[in-house]
Amino acid sequence: MTTFTIEAPMPGVFYRSPDPEDPPFVEVGDSVSAGDTVALVGVMKNFYDVTSEKDGVVSEIIAENEAEIEAGAGLITLELDD
Amino acid sequence: MIRVLDGGLSTTVQDDGRFGHYHIGMPPSGAMDQYSHTVANYLVGNDPSDATLEMTYKGCDLRFEEDTVIALAGATMAGELAGESVPMWESVEVEAGDELSMQFATEGARTYLAVAGGIDVEPVMGSRSTYTLVGIGGYDGRTLAEGDTLAVGDADTGGLTGRTTPSNAVPSYDDSDPIRVVLGLCDYRLTDESREELCSEPWKVKADADRVGYRLEGVDIEFEPRDQPFGAGPDPSNVVDLGYPVGSIQVSTLPIVLMRDAVTGGGYATVGTVVSSDRNLLGQRRTHEEVYFESVTVDEALDARHEEQALLDEVRESLA
Repeated sequence: MTTFTIEAPMPGVFYRSPDPEDPPFVEVGDSVSAGDTVALVGVMKNFYDVTSEKDGVVSEIIAENEAEIEAGAGLITLELDD
Repeated sequence: MIRVLDGGLSTTVQDDGRFGHYHIGMPPSGAMDQYSHTVANYLVGNDPSDATLEMTYKGCDLRFEEDTVIALAGATMAGELAGESVPMWESVEVEAGDELSMQFATEGARTYLAVAGGIDVEPVMGSRSTYTLVGIGGYDGRTLAEGDTLAVGDADTGGLTGRTTPSNAVPSYDDSDPIRVVLGLCDYRLTDESREELCSEPWKVKADADRVGYRLEGVDIEFEPRDQPFGAGPDPSNVVDLGYPVGSIQVSTLPIVLMRDAVTGGGYATVGTVVSSDRNLLGQRRTHEEVYFESVTVDEALDARHEEQALLDEVRESLA
């Protein structure tokens, strides 16, 4: 099985859900399609949608919700569809 | 005309600033990194007062509807123009119909895109700069979004293509380089230990640092206890109201460096002011990067300003 790690495109704060009251965009085991929003990165009071470049199933959520992350940090790992 | 296909994270029209209205509470706005803004303008034959696009962390995607010449300066940001990689710090020819697609900044935070003739939005109070907090200037007082169209000023683009910035004039954005400050106006309010720590301990740029202020975190700053005078608030960090110099370091418990969109006065102790040339570098400091302050005298601050101006003059003359 091939895996793929979605990385942070810029430094900021990692958010798993669109709002603290809302459920996370994805949980381990969820299927995602290329283009789906899987998380947000907040910087300068702006929020950037992190999207998946590939189709797959979420196998690991690497970054903690609301953790400070650097550009290039691994956020979410997918097991790719064959 | 330029059509915006994607505004990026936060792209605004900025120039050299909105001057003469500080006393009524209007901050200067303008490019956070005036140095890179000016070099980008020189590369395309503009004046420093012409408006550029300031792209923060993530660049925008544009379609040019006319032939022109552009230049990118500031934070390193990969981009493609008509499918070809675009160099930084160099003027590039654009043909009508070409599309520019910019990626994420990899070093520094803000990239300036200058277009020959300048971005021609209607000036407000003498400036084309965007002040998003109250929604004036620039393009409708806001960051750019898909579907916006930007007019470009008239320019003679003959001989403007392929002009490069001398290598000694391309800055480094290493976060171990100190940011110089002149202590005051209210540093007397700090304990001796905190005044020392301000210029010796590392500070870290917080994720909400923006054009209004650079919030920093690090050691706790403490003030000398006193009976607060009439007109100052009860908190030890409060003073009787004063004007905040642009670049001043305002302290509640942690420092905030007031940047170009900041409020112009109030009652927090301002314990130092980042010198003008280093405000350009601070504006390129990224979230979570470190800041070290170095205390300098007013004369040293003026020398730093003159050195930067001399370097810009050198760039302009090298392109003449």
